[in-house]
Amino acid sequence: MADPVAAIELKGISKAFGPVQANKDISIRVMPGTIHGIIGENGAGKSTLMSILYGFYKADEGEIFINGKRTEIPDSQAAIGAGIGMVFQHFKLVENFTVLENIVLGAEDSAMLRPSLARARRELKALADEYELSVDPDAVIQEIGVGMQQRVEILKALYRGCDILILDEPTGVLTPAEADQLFRILNRLKDEGKTIILITHKLREIMDITERVSVMRRGEMVATVSTAETSPPELAELMVGRKVLLRVEKKPAKLGDKTLEVRGLRVVDDQGVERLRGIDFDIRAGEILGLAGVAGNGQSELLEVLGGYRIATGEVLLNGKPIDLTGSRSDGQSRRARGIAHVPEDRQAEGLIMDYTAWENTAFGYHHDHKYQANALFMKNAAIRADCEAKMKKFDVRPPDPMLLAKNFSGGNQQKIVVAREIERDPDLLLVGQPTRGVDIGAIEFIHQQIVALRDRGKAILLVSVELDEIMSLSDRIAVMFDGKIMGERKPGETDARELGLLMAGITDTTLPHSAAEVEAQLAERHGAAGKEV
Amino acid sequence: MDLLTLLQVLDATVRLATPLLLACLAGLFSERAGIFDIGLEGKMLGGAFLSAAIAAVTGSVWLGLGAGIVAALLLSAIHGLASITFRGNQLISGVAINFFAQGLTVVIAQSWFGQGGRTPQLGDGSRFAGLTLPGAEALRDVPILGPIYYELISGHTILVYIAFLIVPLTWWVLYRTRYGLRLRAVGENPAAVDTAGVSVRGLRYSAIVICGVLTGIAGAQLATAEPAAGFIKDMTAGRGYIALAALIFAKWRPWYALFACLLFGFLQALELRPDLIQAVIGLRVQGQLLSALPYIMTVVILAGFVGKAIPPRAGGEPYVKER
Repeated sequence: MADPVAAIELKGISKAFGPVQANKDISIRVMPGTIHGIIGENGAGKSTLMSILYGFYKADEGEIFINGKRTEIPDSQAAIGAGIGMVFQHFKLVENFTVLENIVLGAEDSAMLRPSLARARRELKALADEYELSVDPDAVIQEIGVGMQQRVEILKALYRGCDILILDEPTGVLTPAEADQLFRILNRLKDEGKTIILITHKLREIMDITERVSVMRRGEMVATVSTAETSPPELAELMVGRKVLLRVEKKPAKLGDKTLEVRGLRVVDDQGVERLRGIDFDIRAGEILGLAGVAGNGQSELLEVLGGYRIATGEVLLNGKPIDLTGSRSDGQSRRARGIAHVPEDRQAEGLIMDYTAWENTAFGYHHDHKYQANALFMKNAAIRADCEAKMKKFDVRPPDPMLLAKNFSGGNQQKIVVAREIERDPDLLLVGQPTRGVDIGAIEFIHQQIVALRDRGKAILLVSVELDEIMSLSDRIAVMFDGKIMGERKPGETDARELGLLMAGITDTTLPHSAAEVEAQLAERHGAAGKEV
Repeated sequence: MDLLTLLQVLDATVRLATPLLLACLAGLFSERAGIFDIGLEGKMLGGAFLSAAIAAVTGSVWLGLGAGIVAALLLSAIHGLASITFRGNQLISGVAINFFAQGLTVVIAQSWFGQGGRTPQLGDGSRFAGLTLPGAEALRDVPILGPIYYELISGHTILVYIAFLIVPLTWWVLYRTRYGLRLRAVGENPAAVDTAGVSVRGLRYSAIVICGVLTGIAGAQLATAEPAAGFIKDMTAGRGYIALAALIFAKWRPWYALFACLLFGFLQALELRPDLIQAVIGLRVQGQLLSALPYIMTVVILAGFVGKAIPPRAGGEPYVKER
């Protein structure tokens, strides 16, 4: 059989940043008209490889072939010229421009704007008809939802005539319904003959949509297999290099008394927008309550209120005694003194001070403690360092060096430092926000085990995550937030991703079958309303 | 107050607003591209000095204008190198340029001309004279319109007319051309421009060049256009900062910039006519207070009393490629 020409072929690509070898002798062939997945842990080198393909970095070694022809890609202009389009994880859109202006930017026909805009408007309509990708060309980017913004990014690539579309972690910001819709669009593009590269760390997406999948680990391409001939456990093992438990093993919960009671909690932000609109829930000792929802529906505000750094109205009881929500006892330190520990959503901004050492970071929040404080003036630095070393050992932080700056650890190890600091206080209530965001699979497994162990010691845990899989596998009870309210509670065993997805989109009547179009209409309405509020 | 007096005040307003307007538009190009420019003051000063010096030496005001632009461009280039190529702090670079220009102009002027840090007096021919527009003399006696045309519109130097023409031109470039779209985009989200295959660095340097040319003209207007007759120490007197305040007041939009600069020009014009104030409000106002008015207004604007002004989102941040 003659070897068909690959749409993209990389041969022996290597790239180093200083002493770090981000890509090591990578070769890959992507066949035209297919969806090819690239999977790997954070820091495995996926994004670096794609950045080389899009002209952001120059490879130290190696060759790129596009449709069999050797191609140099020194900058993004060259990549676009070679027919490559890229949808980045963080969209590259000008927020206060219209959809049309964003699409035309950099691909104008002439020095005058009007003819370009007019042509783009016509082309956009043609593209919308061809790929079912309709958008309002005159909508301003900051007033449309993320799903729509992503659509604009895809249209941008298509407008530039791309044949090869690369998507970097495209579903991170989408609801399950929006993600399904994206996958329908991608399948459609494939049917029209486009080649698609999907970069993700979600095994399920790889299994659902790709034909072939390449696995990267520590800068190397460890395998390329046909998706039909592999399985999630096998892919996980390839990614991590050892066997991984994908499901969290946990015993049935032994529920105690109510640790946390939240009644009628309301938050109004600086712009006067109500972010929490009357929240009620309880968490019992020995229970994990998972809070699901698309980012930006009030989960962050709830964590901030309970963590003590946002003012709210309503009532919160911890072990039956009220917590000060507005007064002088409403701060992180008072909360910690009451036995509330907090693993914040954004570990780099709120959980750690990146320019401080690991040992200093292990004391933060508890630095007034007698364990760390010798007297009014001096800290017990040696004791803190020893304590840090012990925690690093127990939580398998790598490298186990207390003197290293926080920013020099990988995402997973940074998170382990935060989790170790908070869990080792043996709190009555643990608040955890996005515990595994940007954390590799091996570390995810470990962090999940630690959270479950804390629960088994009879503590209450509030878990906030946008990862539905994480919520479903860890929680004893699931509450879904939408637009500052709790839409409903479910038991993990008695619900599924579809039902939770509908709740996350604000649809409470989950008994009726909903068509994709109905969900889309509801989402459009929700984004429209959100746009007006801002 | 009769029509003629009013027209005289407005005439002074237009003249005094011109350097502000040029500097303000210069800042507009720079900041719309994401480069904050606190160094407008220094560039104007550099432009004022070199334009007057070359005009004095060669006797040609046009050569002077060219030299003024070159001086401002050189200072712009320093700002560009510091903030674009070397990704330095734009505020610090701007402040440095201001100090640099303030000191250097006086030092060079002193060693060159030996007149205590000023340039020689510019006579007619080596400075820009007022232009009498066609028909101004003939229409002078037509009631109302005649004096308006003769006193207010006619009689300014060419630089004044250029400055006012640059306002619609700026609007047109910004909103009707490919360059304008890219310029606005690079100040909002340089990553979007970069991934679209357009050079962020090229765009930002081009904005810096425009900024240099305009501040150079602004400096030349200060030092070589009637009734001024040469460079004196610190002659910009904070106009660069006032132009920045006007830019914020105008929310980085060209037509609003025109009105903001006219307002500041009017306040400066009032300073010249304390007698008028006394006649209108019946109170003698201290001259110092009048002189302080534009600066007080600047503080009020910068303190945010005029509503929320949202600067270009990527302003002040050097662009670093990232995934």
